[in-house]
Amino acid sequence: MERIPILKMGEFLLVSIQVDMHDRLAMSLQEDLTQRIVSARARGVLIDISALDVVDSFIGRMLGHIAAMSRILDAETVVVGMRPAVAITLVELGLSLPGIRTALNIEKGMDLLRLASAERQTGN
Amino acid sequence: MDTNKSSRLAAILNERESEILSDWIRLQGSSSTRRLIGEEELHRQSKDFLAALRQGVASGRLDDIQSSPWDAAREILDSLSRSRARQGFTPSETATFVFSLKQPLFQALSSYNQGNDEFWNITLLLDKLGLHTTELHQKSREEIIQKQQREVLELSTPVIKLWDGILALPLIGTLDSERTQVVMESLLQAIVDTGAGIAIIDITGVPTVDTLVAQHLLKTVAAARLMGAECIISGIRPQIAATIVHLGVELHSVITKATLADAISLALRRTGQVIQRVRPLSSTQEAGRGTDSDS
Repeated sequence: MERIPILKMGEFLLVSIQVDMHDRLAMSLQEDLTQRIVSARARGVLIDISALDVVDSFIGRMLGHIAAMSRILDAETVVVGMRPAVAITLVELGLSLPGIRTALNIEKGMDLLRLASAERQTGN
Repeated sequence: MDTNKSSRLAAILNERESEILSDWIRLQGSSSTRRLIGEEELHRQSKDFLAALRQGVASGRLDDIQSSPWDAAREILDSLSRSRARQGFTPSETATFVFSLKQPLFQALSSYNQGNDEFWNITLLLDKLGLHTTELHQKSREEIIQKQQREVLELSTPVIKLWDGILALPLIGTLDSERTQVVMESLLQAIVDTGAGIAIIDITGVPTVDTLVAQHLLKTVAAARLMGAECIISGIRPQIAATIVHLGVELHSVITKATLADAISLALRRTGQVIQRVRPLSSTQEAGRGTDSDS
């Protein structure tokens, strides 16, 4: 069964979704990611969805769940590269994903994660 | 059946063409059409149409102007109604082009001593053609209106790159669902194109903000946020602020500023940029600077 690769970059995890998400794939990503956050002791997760044409309500909610779970596991989640059409669809569906941080591209997403991580360290 | 009659009509049209044509043009000239259109053009149009009419009549299908023998006549009327609609003719002026042909035609017919049903047929025919003209005139006017609406829609949603990483979207006029859609799309596309992190939506030019407009604004802000850009709404007039509160619209999740200047200074701070004065202020200009209350 196909799986979405999760890459480790320093203290962050990088997930780039390149294929059409179906529900089972989304569920397995959610499981893999939480496992990986714990095993890699990650401080942040970056999910790149720039290749996705369609994000339905299920995937939208799954993204929200991933963000909530990661936060419990002490990792920030940033979703990057959402296309305009996808953003409009999600808003029309009433899913504005309030718990998720967003950034325009991977570069800015990484900046955001580093910033959040630095803030947390100074807070400790 | 009436092929015989119509061929007679065609023969009359043929024989007395120049007479009918000159009578017709004289009649048209006496109505008000002439001030908007040149004599030569009128002459050409009339001549072409008469030739096409003859062609149609010769086919014998006087009852059906949608049939193929009438293609030429319809085509001439098409282009004529369209151009006249653009030139600002009224529908009746446009239809008069066809209706004024009645008199010269009847005169020509009566001198040939035709029966009553011949008159009846030609009246019906010209009525149909006249109505066709009116319909086309109406249609092309509607097309013009639609085109203008589209142009207004495009004109009214410019996305300005204000500074490095800062976009501005000055909204002018009432926001309805269709316009919000266009605004949202062009803003999001501009965010992708420029990679801007902050967008300022200025609603100084929006006359009223009701719950629907506020909802549209919130949607735009939410969509921009999903893409990773922050939105600031500026240009909120006191009355509008009062309306928003009275309506109970929740704008807590959005940064709002009273003026565009405040929004720009906040956006600059957020992106880590400053605008600096290189010459000292002259004493008369000391106003509206250094307000540091934000977020």
